[in-house]
Amino acid sequence: MRATSGTQGAAVTSPSRATSGSAAGLPARILRQGAYESLAMLRNGEQLVLAIVLPLLALAALVITPLLDAHGPSRIDIAAPGVLALCTMSTAFTGQGIATGFDRRYGVLRFLSTTPLGRSGLILGKAVAVVAVLAVQLVVIGGAAVLLGWSPRPEGILPAALLLLVGSAAFTALGLLVAGTLRPEATLAVTNLVWILLAAAGGILIPASGLPTAVEPLISVLPSAALGDGLRSALLDGVLDPIACLVLLAWASLASLAAIRWFKWS
Amino acid sequence: MPTTAPALEIDGLIKDFGPVGALDGRMMRVLDGVNLRALHGAVTVLLGANGAGKTTTLECAQGLQRANGGLVRLLGEDPYRASPHLRARVGVMLQDGGLPPSVRPLALLRHVASMYSAPLPVDALAERLGLDEFGAVSIRRLSGGQKQRLALACALVGRPEVVFLDEPSAGLDPQSRTIVFDLIRELRADGLAVILTTHLLDDAQRLADYVYIVEGGRTVAEGTVAELTADKDSDGVRELRFDTVPGLTLPPELLPHLRQLESEPGQYVLRGELTASDVAHLAQWWAACGVMPTTISLAPRSLEDVFLDISGRSIR
Repeated sequence: MRATSGTQGAAVTSPSRATSGSAAGLPARILRQGAYESLAMLRNGEQLVLAIVLPLLALAALVITPLLDAHGPSRIDIAAPGVLALCTMSTAFTGQGIATGFDRRYGVLRFLSTTPLGRSGLILGKAVAVVAVLAVQLVVIGGAAVLLGWSPRPEGILPAALLLLVGSAAFTALGLLVAGTLRPEATLAVTNLVWILLAAAGGILIPASGLPTAVEPLISVLPSAALGDGLRSALLDGVLDPIACLVLLAWASLASLAAIRWFKWS
Repeated sequence: MPTTAPALEIDGLIKDFGPVGALDGRMMRVLDGVNLRALHGAVTVLLGANGAGKTTTLECAQGLQRANGGLVRLLGEDPYRASPHLRARVGVMLQDGGLPPSVRPLALLRHVASMYSAPLPVDALAERLGLDEFGAVSIRRLSGGQKQRLALACALVGRPEVVFLDEPSAGLDPQSRTIVFDLIRELRADGLAVILTTHLLDDAQRLADYVYIVEGGRTVAEGTVAELTADKDSDGVRELRFDTVPGLTLPPELLPHLRQLESEPGQYVLRGELTASDVAHLAQWWAACGVMPTTISLAPRSLEDVFLDISGRSIR
């Protein structure tokens, strides 16, 4: 109905005192921010390449080539958990890092923190967005792996879900730490470079035990190796790897503390 | 019922930035004693040159920066620890907009509206500010004036009682300017406390109920425009302009108490306290030179004169 536009001016701006300035409820604010950010990530072409296309390519490459043959009989069973770990790193670290870095540059973080959402709502909304996009990735990439013959151990699903959550927290905190301390161009470069390095040699796709013995202890305390090896233990053997879980918890705590200490909103 | 307590109260605000450099650990004091009080139903203007501390003052009032000293009370609360309920009563338009470039304007406005339990109707607000004309393109394609109108809509959509507008007329085309200025007057009539910054004297003169002049991180003068421009010592005429042939030089001894400048070739401005006998001297001098100005105009003391008197320099 647009016919009344000429006389609506006062009604539009007049803040009737009875209804003026009230905040939506906390869960609603966080979920709406999460939905808004996850749609933004899924609509963005580069983010989609990072979140869906590259993990699918990695899955195909690991199934076609003999790279994983030393680690077990079934290529797809070893490949799929690592690719899910890679998805987590794509979305939580690189994707959220780049998005947050540019939002910071454009003042979006500052503006949203003046609304009822606030700083903490903004961060929680980002966590919701990471989990939502990760869920989409699990369906798409997990579905593709099942089509390729993947059969994860059912008793490993719960431990895997736990590791994915802790891993998301660790990688999101690391992404926000980079985004909140570097310029957005540098964030773009750093998060992409780290993604490539960890994907290639961070124990995420190829088990840390397959790397040279000199570097193996160093690699296995990286969040990438902890998540990759942890997911493989869960989905191949059906057990929760407590060391991997503790390593991820440590990264999540340390990166969160560092982000709280050094994150710059403007 | 609108309350009579000030919407915003700032007393002796101090803010340091820094450290200045990696090796140099010194802090830089950007605000050193800002005092301000903004009432409901009034437009309060912070006027000052770029770098005077206007934006930092607003950021402390909005809770975006933590004050290093002094008192800041927004609707009676500390804005740095604002609850969502306090933030819901306050609308903010940042100087750089805070708008994500890849999002479409109405999608952003709807998202911001979703943070409030009873926001203004988005379609009506968008129409009022003319956002529906460009609602379907992404924000990065908007002109400066269109972005300012969108940022203003985002500040107002939650039905605030207090709005902060940081340089609301920056980059506005004449059409946007009229829309924005009319809306600001309407907000005041509706009882909102409007707090805005500007470095444009004309904006301040047109909009302000109360002006604070900010200079070097301090509020150095305050009052209504009429109070600030009132002149006890003269009849109030502070400027004489005339246009004639270029290149004339007024003899310095003729009117020594006036500042003289030729702003454009052939356009002359005399500033200072002007009396009838000054004008007579000037007319005699024109006659002696054999020139007749094509225009002559007198103007009362303006905010520009106030600013010049206080800071010894022009605001621009």
